[in-house]
Amino acid sequence: MKSTPYLLSLPALLLFSAIVVVPLVMTVLLSFHDWGQYKGIEPVFVLKNWREVFTDSYYLEMFGRTFRIAVMVTVLAALFGAPEAYILNRMRSPWRGIFQLLILGPLLISVVARTLGWALLFGGNSGLVNKALISLGLISGPLPFMFTETGMVVALAHVLMPYMVLAVWAALQRLDPQVENAAVALGAGQFTVLRRIVLPQAMPGILSGAVIVFALAASAFATPAIIGGRRLKVASTLAYDEFLNTLNWPLGAAIAVLLLVALVLIAAGTNRLVERRYAQVFG
Amino acid sequence: MSRNGPLALCYHALFVVFMLAPIVVVCCVAFTPEGFLSFPTDRWSLRWFRAIARYPEFVSAFWRSLWLGALSSAISVAFSVPAALAIARYRFPGRQSLTALFMSPLMIPHVVLGIAFLRFFTQIGLGGTFAGLVLSHIVIVLPFALRLTLASAVGLDRAIEHAAVSLGASDWTVLKRITLPLVMPGLVSGWALAFINSFDEVTMTVFIAAPGTETLPVRMFLYIQDNIDPLVTSVSAAVIAITVLALVALDRAYGLERLLVGRGADGR
Repeated sequence: MKSTPYLLSLPALLLFSAIVVVPLVMTVLLSFHDWGQYKGIEPVFVLKNWREVFTDSYYLEMFGRTFRIAVMVTVLAALFGAPEAYILNRMRSPWRGIFQLLILGPLLISVVARTLGWALLFGGNSGLVNKALISLGLISGPLPFMFTETGMVVALAHVLMPYMVLAVWAALQRLDPQVENAAVALGAGQFTVLRRIVLPQAMPGILSGAVIVFALAASAFATPAIIGGRRLKVASTLAYDEFLNTLNWPLGAAIAVLLLVALVLIAAGTNRLVERRYAQVFG
Repeated sequence: MSRNGPLALCYHALFVVFMLAPIVVVCCVAFTPEGFLSFPTDRWSLRWFRAIARYPEFVSAFWRSLWLGALSSAISVAFSVPAALAIARYRFPGRQSLTALFMSPLMIPHVVLGIAFLRFFTQIGLGGTFAGLVLSHIVIVLPFALRLTLASAVGLDRAIEHAAVSLGASDWTVLKRITLPLVMPGLVSGWALAFINSFDEVTMTVFIAAPGTETLPVRMFLYIQDNIDPLVTSVSAAVIAITVLALVALDRAYGLERLLVGRGADGR
């Protein structure tokens, strides 16, 4: 029957229309409503919130910080996660399975617990990270990690690292080890093999991992809120404040919608770039 | 395939230390005896684990999270099975968009979903209720449930069903005796993965949970925002222990790589 697949997916479709599509549309509408300290939310159509978000330097600075942190986290994850995925891919069982569990497992452990771990490690000037760095002679005095962007970047890079490892790994699975061997047999050095054979084939994985990590870093909430404290705000913690402290819901909705639109555009743009660039390779 | 060199193995060791350090430190601090944060130390105690029992808000939040996870995962699996069968077996107009819609909670930032749900539930009178929590968690864990049910539905050998039909089984019997048992492993792993994700979710839930309906991660988050003490580390350590147990069980039963990469969803 032609209608069978539609009937089968109807329950889920109705559910999603009712509690995903409708709330999202309501949020977009909310961002155009007016708000006042005493009158509350007024269901009119004004551009006030959007004008405020785009012109007030406070919001520009905060979006700038969110973007900066997300870029840093993405670069760190790619720089450190991609080589690890390659190393992991070359391991044999049982080591491969064990380390896979150790590296990817944290993905499923509560973000709050993982961030708490970083807060303990940073812990002011006498934190373990500072002690270790000083005893290694890498720094002379303690670095501030708590309530700084550096701390947020390190903790977020840890929280999101497994996504990068997973994405690069998925790409490396398609790599035929014989190609590497052929390159070596033809006289290529280790470095040449990495640069000319492995890296180009891992690149789609690195890029798709980067899109995931960037999107999650830019919209992360618990980690920036705990490491950044109450003053160092990013887009999502600011939206939280507008909703649950200031109670200016329309403005909070505008921030959230802007974040969503920016992420969708960036992800779509990167995907198109990847497809065009690698169409001839994986077409 | 050549082996990893010593340099690569050193890098690997440092990487593993980096990944595990914050988790290990939480577990260590949870066993310290002092009333303040003291680590490293050489004295150990279970004092802070016993202390959890004296904080009813953590205990009730734990049970609420457990029920919420179990219930919303079960319902999302129930929604996923027919949808997965439709997507796996039929080629119909709108199939791609339907899949994209069901997977969309993975792409939409949870902050945005939290805000959308807060607005929506307040408007329809479900603000701060457990029912609201369940509805929202069904939506955010459905992609995980769907991905694994889809993987097992794609791998299903339809000849077995045809055989049953030719032997005179009705549609209902085929579904009950053949199809459902065959997709059962995917269904159970889908439920488990959905459960873990619901149990750990904080970003979306923090928007819609009210003081009487806080989940454990939300309670922990709000507590940490005020102060960090050994109590919250022992709660975190307990949560980590539960997750690790579930993780090892899932890895044995299904394979972590398959679980996370979702291989098989596209027929490979």
